[in-house]
Amino acid sequence: MPGPMNRVPRGVKPTVENPGKIFLRLMKLVFKGNMLKWIFIAVCIFLSVQATVQGMLFTQTLIDKHITPALNGGGSLSETLPADILRVALILAGGFLAAYLQQLVQVFLTQGTMQRIRDRMFEHMESLPIRYFDSHSHGDIMSMYTNDVDTFRQMVSMSIPQLVNSIITIVSVLISMIFLNGWLTLLSIFLIGIMILITKKVSGLSGKYFVKQQKDLGAVNGYIEEMMTGQKVVKVFCHEEESIKGFKALNDGLCDSAYNANRYANLIGPINMQMSNVNYVIIAVVGAALAMGGVGGFTLGGLASFLTLNKSFSMPINQISMQFASVIMSLAGADRIFKLLDEQSETDDGYVTLVNAREGANGLEESEERTGRWAWKHFHKASGETDYVELKGDVVFDGVDFSYVPEKQILFDVKLFAKPGQKIAFVGSTGAGKTTITNLINRFYDIQDGKIRYDGININKIKKNDLRHSLGIVLQDTHLFTGTVADNIRYGKLDATDEEVIAAAKLANAHNFIKKLPKGYDTQLTGDGANLSQGQRQLLSIARAAIADPPVLILDEATSSIDTRTEKIVQRGMDSLMKGRTTFVIAHRLSTVQNSDCIMVLEQGRIVERGTHDELIEQKGRYYKLYTGNSIA
Amino acid sequence: MIRKILSYVKEYKAASIVTPCFMILEVIMEMIVPYLMGILVDDGINAEGGGNLGVILLVGGFMIVAALVGLFAGIMGGKYGAKASTGLAKNLRQGMFEKIQTFSFSNIDRFSTAGLVTRLTTDVTNVQNAYQMALRMCMRAPASLVIALVMSFIISPKIALIYLGATVFLAIVLSILISKTTKVFSQAFPKYDELNASVQENVSGIRVVKAFVREDHEVKKFKKASAAIRKIFTKAELLISINNPVMNITSYTCILLVSWVGANMIVNSGQTELQTGDLISLLSYCMSILFSLMMVSMVFVMMTMSLASMRRIGEVLSEEPDITNPENPVMEIPDGSISFNGVSFKYDKQAQENILDDINVSIKAGETVGIIGGTGSGKTTLVSLISRLYDVSDGSVLVGGRDVREYDIETLRDEVSVVLQKNVLFSGSITENLSWGIRRSRPDRDTLTDEQILEECKRACKLACIDDFVDSLPDGYNTRIEQGGTNVSGGQKQRLCIARALVKKPKILVLDDSTSAVDTATDAAIRNAFANEIPDTTKIIISQRIMSVCHADRIIVMDDGRVSGIGTHDELLKNNEIYKDIYESQTGADADFDERGKD
Repeated sequence: MPGPMNRVPRGVKPTVENPGKIFLRLMKLVFKGNMLKWIFIAVCIFLSVQATVQGMLFTQTLIDKHITPALNGGGSLSETLPADILRVALILAGGFLAAYLQQLVQVFLTQGTMQRIRDRMFEHMESLPIRYFDSHSHGDIMSMYTNDVDTFRQMVSMSIPQLVNSIITIVSVLISMIFLNGWLTLLSIFLIGIMILITKKVSGLSGKYFVKQQKDLGAVNGYIEEMMTGQKVVKVFCHEEESIKGFKALNDGLCDSAYNANRYANLIGPINMQMSNVNYVIIAVVGAALAMGGVGGFTLGGLASFLTLNKSFSMPINQISMQFASVIMSLAGADRIFKLLDEQSETDDGYVTLVNAREGANGLEESEERTGRWAWKHFHKASGETDYVELKGDVVFDGVDFSYVPEKQILFDVKLFAKPGQKIAFVGSTGAGKTTITNLINRFYDIQDGKIRYDGININKIKKNDLRHSLGIVLQDTHLFTGTVADNIRYGKLDATDEEVIAAAKLANAHNFIKKLPKGYDTQLTGDGANLSQGQRQLLSIARAAIADPPVLILDEATSSIDTRTEKIVQRGMDSLMKGRTTFVIAHRLSTVQNSDCIMVLEQGRIVERGTHDELIEQKGRYYKLYTGNSIA
Repeated sequence: MIRKILSYVKEYKAASIVTPCFMILEVIMEMIVPYLMGILVDDGINAEGGGNLGVILLVGGFMIVAALVGLFAGIMGGKYGAKASTGLAKNLRQGMFEKIQTFSFSNIDRFSTAGLVTRLTTDVTNVQNAYQMALRMCMRAPASLVIALVMSFIISPKIALIYLGATVFLAIVLSILISKTTKVFSQAFPKYDELNASVQENVSGIRVVKAFVREDHEVKKFKKASAAIRKIFTKAELLISINNPVMNITSYTCILLVSWVGANMIVNSGQTELQTGDLISLLSYCMSILFSLMMVSMVFVMMTMSLASMRRIGEVLSEEPDITNPENPVMEIPDGSISFNGVSFKYDKQAQENILDDINVSIKAGETVGIIGGTGSGKTTLVSLISRLYDVSDGSVLVGGRDVREYDIETLRDEVSVVLQKNVLFSGSITENLSWGIRRSRPDRDTLTDEQILEECKRACKLACIDDFVDSLPDGYNTRIEQGGTNVSGGQKQRLCIARALVKKPKILVLDDSTSAVDTATDAAIRNAFANEIPDTTKIIISQRIMSVCHADRIIVMDDGRVSGIGTHDELLKNNEIYKDIYESQTGADADFDERGKD
């Protein structure tokens, strides 16, 4: 396709501009319309954290209120113990219920958000002009649906709830700890501070190696892709050993950097764990000393609870930094999705519409039911009148200039006219602008200068959808869709009956091969019709155009990748399709061109010759040279 | 299959064994801490006479030592785990890559290029992660489970029984849950693939969608699919979310139960059966046990997810190359004559119909032979047999009077130079690309100077009529070709590929539709150069264009896997219907005059 390809190379993480803005937008998208659910989730998280903290504090009650007095005093447990246990059990049960409810809502919220975003992306993508698809690689577009959408899942199901949970936990635990013993709490915060510092240092180190690993991985993957694509050439040139040697060097490099990256990443776990153990020990020893001295009324039970709390204090702190990092990472993906959503949709200022028509008292008039006759309904703003012009297929180009990108003009001052039912052919070398001309008629692209008229109406005034409905296209690349053979033909007219489908297939010469398919018209096609031959696919795409029954047809190199013998069959299908329609043919073989009403010879964006076959041969110009070019030997 | 993968651990065996050892050491240290804590409480704080600070400090010291040993073990475990897993990944990649180099064309066809790339990249990464996980967690989690249980039994068998019961209960619940969710997920993922396929279809077929104004239709289809995805994934995730409450309820029931039973035991026995410190230790172990159970289930899920990757890698590693060198290979090919004797061929042994059927053709050394016929008539397959890209199913192919299966493969392929239909150039300079054609068997290979190599490249480029183009480039023969040759036109690429094949100076040259993007005049010039400069080389030219083959000494017309006719242009015009058909469709009234691939 023409147009620049701006691909971001794999493995290189694009930097995000304006992360704050993207973050806010992301939040808006995630929260909008779901505020109630999110509030519910926050409340549930709060309740379940409180319940957990109460559970941890229970150890204190158990030891201080029940065991120690019993040991020191009467030798039997107080009678309130079962009641205390029951109370805690109820609190905990409430907490679990809240946690479970939170999870349930979370699932619905996550999946709902994913669906919403997917639908929005797809709907918007469908509205984008062809230009967008020219300038973005298909792989990049796909990766938005597969990888970047996952960003939102991560965000909704993990990052946000985890962050909320962590913050609530930290605050609750901290309060309980201060309540148990202020000095020990200070010590604990100090120790955790040290732990965070060390962790940060190590993860910085591992991050450096991860960047290198990513780079090496990119190199290895690139080499693999290149060599696997060219594997048959490697075989033909007995180049296996060199190919292995090149691979080994890259592979060893990757192993090295991957080892380092993983080694440092693996440090974080043990360091965190053992640091928290050391932390535990120090608190235990100091706390034990405090408890023995009974400083500030600190007790053994208090210590036991404090130790448990202390353990669940460091975890959420790690969580916060982890989830934060993942939010930052996901911004790049969100940014790409937003860019897609911000892309300008195809604009359509047209107001002339296509309506069913019938002969009325004062000429053509609009009809409710299908009449087989069509008219352009043209409302004139100046006079306030509406008139109807019969759809015939009269196309005029007047001084059309066009370029895909401003710096490079593709078409220069193209003039042509096609009367209803005429066959116009375009001939010329690759890149001369043949396909471009046909892309302008259906407004895949808009022209820079000049005018294109359809039945006397400037096509800019016609509603795009109605304009395209009136044009049938058969492309060189067929593009069939997943579905049955009948579904694919019906693509041209969604409400077509089975009889119409078969009639169209017969017209296109496709009926015979379809009958021989295992399930006939109900045969399932997958992967762009991979189970059909090129010729068969082309016949289906002709049938698809035929069922739409458009007054104007565009055939773009429809037979170029088919061998001569198959082409004959396809050609017959096309010939019957062309009957009675204005047809634009981008020609490949002379047989298609020769009986055209007019042949346009294009060269570097200009029509250099025009006329019938005989006239052009007579001229002995460019056409003549192209025609006889084959005879050079 | 797992054994096959594991055999690639090789030099990283030591690291693979050491890693779990360190992990177990780490777990032991971790489990000692709560035990010491119990001693600290009972013999330190609660010691007779209002506590014993000396014991507290001593035990505290031990606990710190235990933590430090644990830290050391953890770091070493992480280090060797990384070493072993990245090493295995390296070996697997290398092993697969080397294996693929031995593959014949039919092996490659079986996997497809995309399939091989996925196996070498994504699948290896999956296995690497799973292996690291397995080494570090597989031992760690069960070990911590067992040790915590044992410690509990040592402290109090009665209470340990409660844990054992809880463990068994959870294990059963978790395994039911896992099997249920995997089932749902295995239904969900194909749906997800379908959705992606539909996006793909729309992206590549957007012109069709827009031309038929089917945007709304497609959006409706997509929304239906995405709603279905939402439904099935919601179902799966709801199942998973049962996990947490079950886990929590079990663990806290345990804690409360132990609190109740333990408190009673302490008080009733007067601290003989159980002490306060013991209870604190036991509560710690309770958490460890349940947490490690969770880990085990996670590891299990991770492993099953990597199983598919392992299977795919295993397929490559255990694939046997179809074509191998004969035992006593013949190293010399006398001349460029070729003869097909009753050759039949099919790609798949189980296939009903032959691709080639009973081909009998003899070609003299130095002869120029054209091959023409419709798509699928077997042209490419026929010439692939000459240099053993595929082996015949029946009959034999002789080169220089000998069955090709008797020659050394490299010798054969050096002498039979094939320019493939789907050809590629590699990233690197033009000279680097062309010097692929320099034979490895050349005695002077290592002493060739850059100038000599350049000379050979120039000679080949001249023959392929690409020398003028290369000379016109600012960097000449040092011009860098991008991956896949995207920075040269189709016709230039084809001619560079021809030049690359010519550098070999082969006895037989096969061009498989190799000038389809070259304009007709240049095409003719190349053929003239061949006729004048390398008259002794046997030239086989496959083409769709009659003009490319009509001047050959003889033309073979292929039709549906059989030879429909052999002869000169004039002979065939007279007595071969198919040839006449093609000729007429391409000349005169039916001429193909689209100037394809004008540079």
